[in-house]
Amino acid sequence: MKMHYGFPIIIGLVIFIGMLTAPFAVGTMTKVYKQPELKMPVGEKECIESKEFMREQHMQLLNDWRDWALRDGKRIYTNHAGKEFVISLQNTCMKCHNNKADFCDKCHTDAGVSPYCWDCHIQPEGLK
Amino acid sequence: MKNNRRTFIKLAGIAAAGLAVAPKALASSGGHSPVKANPKGLHATQWAMVIDTTKLHTEEEIAKLAEACHAIHNVPKIEGHKEVKWLWSDTYAHTFPEQENPHLAEEVHHRDFPLLCNHCENPPCVRVCPTKATYKRPDGIVAMDYHRCIGCRYCMAGCPYGSRSFNWGEPRKNLDLSKLNPEFPTRMRGVVEKCNFCVERLAVGKMPACVEASEGAMVFGDLNDPDSEVRQVLREKFTIRRKPTAGTEPCVYYVI
Ligand code: SF4
Ligand code: SF4
Ligand code: SF4
Repeated sequence: MKMHYGFPIIIGLVIFIGMLTAPFAVGTMTKVYKQPELKMPVGEKECIESKEFMREQHMQLLNDWRDWALRDGKRIYTNHAGKEFVISLQNTCMKCHNNKADFCDKCHTDAGVSPYCWDCHIQPEGLK
Repeated sequence: MKNNRRTFIKLAGIAAAGLAVAPKALASSGGHSPVKANPKGLHATQWAMVIDTTKLHTEEEIAKLAEACHAIHNVPKIEGHKEVKWLWSDTYAHTFPEQENPHLAEEVHHRDFPLLCNHCENPPCVRVCPTKATYKRPDGIVAMDYHRCIGCRYCMAGCPYGSRSFNWGEPRKNLDLSKLNPEFPTRMRGVVEKCNFCVERLAVGKMPACVEASEGAMVFGDLNDPDSEVRQVLREKFTIRRKPTAGTEPCVYYVI
């Protein structure tokens, strides 16, 4: 069976799909994703766990920290290397990462997430 | 990256195989938990407080304690119905309505009584909280996990002592931001809050702030330890508790 108007239909489809995918194509051609540049703590070389662990699992770790400290009353954390830390976002993490805007916000903004930690915890810059 | 994931899956497979043949005790230990309590912390099986109201009963004295408590816990100052309070004062009739007696010594009727969460042994607030944001710790402290509070206020209805406050607005709007205690968080709008028996101070070996500021009029210790200071006072002095018929077994005792 011969297809009526076959050519215009195909052309139309090609234009349609082209327009549909154009933003993605243009986006990937013009912008290469760059990881945000974080300001690392000056005096410290190592976080409480490895960089990879922190990058991937800090949210789970904070979740565990909260339950250990608040519910179990256990506020000392021993890391994989055997070093001990006081469990506290505000008093341990933020003592090294003493600038929320230059550290936390960088990735959170980039990833489009807005955790509500700071609705209660006081950032090291203080509140204004 | 791909390589890493592949190694991880391989290792996970080996670990799973290992677990399958591991001795039962190891597998059922629930995994190792890398945490412990601070060895310098203070421990008890049921924390309790005795307040000697013969030594501490004026509004000013109690306000000073409230100030100490509210300053370290970043409790906002709000007047009126939307007030937020951890430690406050009230009259005899309001504090001990069941033990009211028109011929009670005048002087007792004129006193003010310091009030705070009683950290009840049988706390109705814990029973009614649908999210377990309010819970009882093994040391008897009735604590709150503000992260989990959904602001339903069941606990406020459940508490017979009015020990809880709801944050109707943004609490930081009523705090002096230059005088915050940077070691302790604030709360957010839509959660309930209350006295926490200074659990964060006990964890580092310090007594509650109000006890410290009371110059001996308040004592704090383990109710289940016959040699503790609270038991000593309870043995020597006559004490009463708030609304005993509510059956909550409050752990704050008053020397009258
Ligand atoms: S005084 Fe009220 S808030 Fe405190 S434990 Fe008892 S019932 Fe709960
Ligand atoms: S207001 Fe919060 S703490 Fe109170 S009962 Fe509801 S969830 Fe629990
Ligand atoms: S025990 Fe701590 S939190 Fe409770 S009223 Fe006293 S100072 Fe405030």
